[in-house]
Amino acid sequence: MLLTRGVGLATRTLRRLGSTLAFVEGQGGNITVASLAGLTAASQIGNTISVLVAGSNANSIASQLPKDVVSKVFIAEDPFFDHNAAELITPLVSQVFRDHNFTHFVTPASTVGKNILPRLAAVLDRQPISEITAVKDASTFVRPIYAGNALQTVQTTEPQVLVSVRGTSFEPVKLEGSAAPPVESVTLKEVPGSIAEFVNEQLLTSDKPDLGSATRVVSGGRGLKSKENFDSLLNPLADKLGAAIGASRAAVDLGFVDNSLQVGQTGKVVAPELYIAVGLSGAIQHLAGMKDSKTIVAINKDEDAPIFSVADIGLVGDIFEVVPELTEKL
Amino acid sequence: MSTKLRILVPVKRVIDASLKPRINKAQTGVETKGVKFSINPFDDIAVEEAAKIKAAHKGAVEKLHAVSIGGTKSQDVLRIALAKGFDTSTLVDVGEQEVEPLQVSKILQKVVEKDNFNLVILGKQAIDDDSNQTGQMLAGLLNWPQATNASEVIIEGDSVTVTKEIDGGAETVKAKLPLIITTDLRLNEPKFVTLPKMMKAKKKPIETLKPEDLGVSVEQRLKVLKLEEPPVRKAGIKVKDVDELVARIKELI
Repeated sequence: MLLTRGVGLATRTLRRLGSTLAFVEGQGGNITVASLAGLTAASQIGNTISVLVAGSNANSIASQLPKDVVSKVFIAEDPFFDHNAAELITPLVSQVFRDHNFTHFVTPASTVGKNILPRLAAVLDRQPISEITAVKDASTFVRPIYAGNALQTVQTTEPQVLVSVRGTSFEPVKLEGSAAPPVESVTLKEVPGSIAEFVNEQLLTSDKPDLGSATRVVSGGRGLKSKENFDSLLNPLADKLGAAIGASRAAVDLGFVDNSLQVGQTGKVVAPELYIAVGLSGAIQHLAGMKDSKTIVAINKDEDAPIFSVADIGLVGDIFEVVPELTEKL
Repeated sequence: MSTKLRILVPVKRVIDASLKPRINKAQTGVETKGVKFSINPFDDIAVEEAAKIKAAHKGAVEKLHAVSIGGTKSQDVLRIALAKGFDTSTLVDVGEQEVEPLQVSKILQKVVEKDNFNLVILGKQAIDDDSNQTGQMLAGLLNWPQATNASEVIIEGDSVTVTKEIDGGAETVKAKLPLIITTDLRLNEPKFVTLPKMMKAKKKPIETLKPEDLGVSVEQRLKVLKLEEPPVRKAGIKVKDVDELVARIKELI
């Protein structure tokens, strides 16, 4: 009994001495919503939080961070880091992490975060934890496995804890009304020899809200039958609602929309206030990406479609008649 | 003269993607008895891509090798690779033990170093643990460049151009061998393996090793405290027409 208590005390003391390094990603000069959600998860771990920002806009990103959440920002302002190559960011993070004896590392589970976290963990010889959806304590986390069909509570025995954070599971920290934290510039001491060099990027331009952080999403599937139908039916509805566009894997594979709009286990995970699923059946892999939405509306002609098992409001009907009527009457 | 390609593809045997896993009563894991297992879909894509590279670059590919870390039954997924034209394979037999990505990466590192592979193509994630870690970890251990979530791979001599799926669209990177690639769904459409090919694959070699043979322990760094069902959504309603749907949506917005 005494022994147990001793161990408990030791763990608590250790925890109090912990410190977290959070990676924050910028996009178009702003901090991504996923990064802000990552900071909330970092706060729940309970340590003081330092942030690392890298790239051309590092200083302006740093100046947006709130002092009441972040105690210090490490800045690597260099276009060298602009495309977040894992081969460059990993040694940078690992250098700062080791130099300042951090106990925790937190990154958003964005494509960038997913690219960096495991490489960093391997270099530090640590087993990281991907895409946490809840923080139980400084070493215990919840994460979905099997396409969200099971929730795993997992405790790490590692002295350094590395996690990525599912953005939709944490409220983003607020940016208003707080002075910026102090900054320290860092440079990469040892530049790695071999990297996959950036050639170009093909980014989707859209007048619609960002899918990952939109409060409303209109999503289409195979039932739309063609790209023309997809656009002519869903765009007006999305515009009326100020919603982002999403899609099932089938719709993406059929070329109706860009890959980056795929919602699901291996695409984007979204949790908007309102998710309207049009002409998509609701395969396990798709549900994994949207079933934490507050209200789900499904429109499908097949009344046995699995999407109806998660939908709060369902309408069985022909989407080619229902959707234009819905758009008009909203 | 450019380097010959020596390609390694790791494959994992997982519960079939179409099945909804059942959590056991003790809440420690999922039921595996009587459940259909398949090759992890992303690994199937990796296997297909390696086979395509071999077909497109005749003479430039010295070796295609598949490796799986798992129980004896993981031979099944190695046979798929062998049937698709892989030359050789290795099963690292760990019995029923779960192996975390860090340890998997360490095993793969040894396999790479042992046979001097210069291109490793992995699935971007296993659909059971959904970790999305192993490829990046292996790249970190080997200190090789990495191109994750690949939707297109073009090989010209020693140089590999990869288009990657990223959050806002796609990004193209270029690297010299050696390189780690992880596959996205968009990379290719794996073909089904015909029975005659599967029969022929039975004659191809599967080397069996234990992790100890490679000097790697499979100690676990994470403790699973509990596995549970996600909260069930309460039953929804069906509306009879668009007017009712509009009324319901207007209440929400």
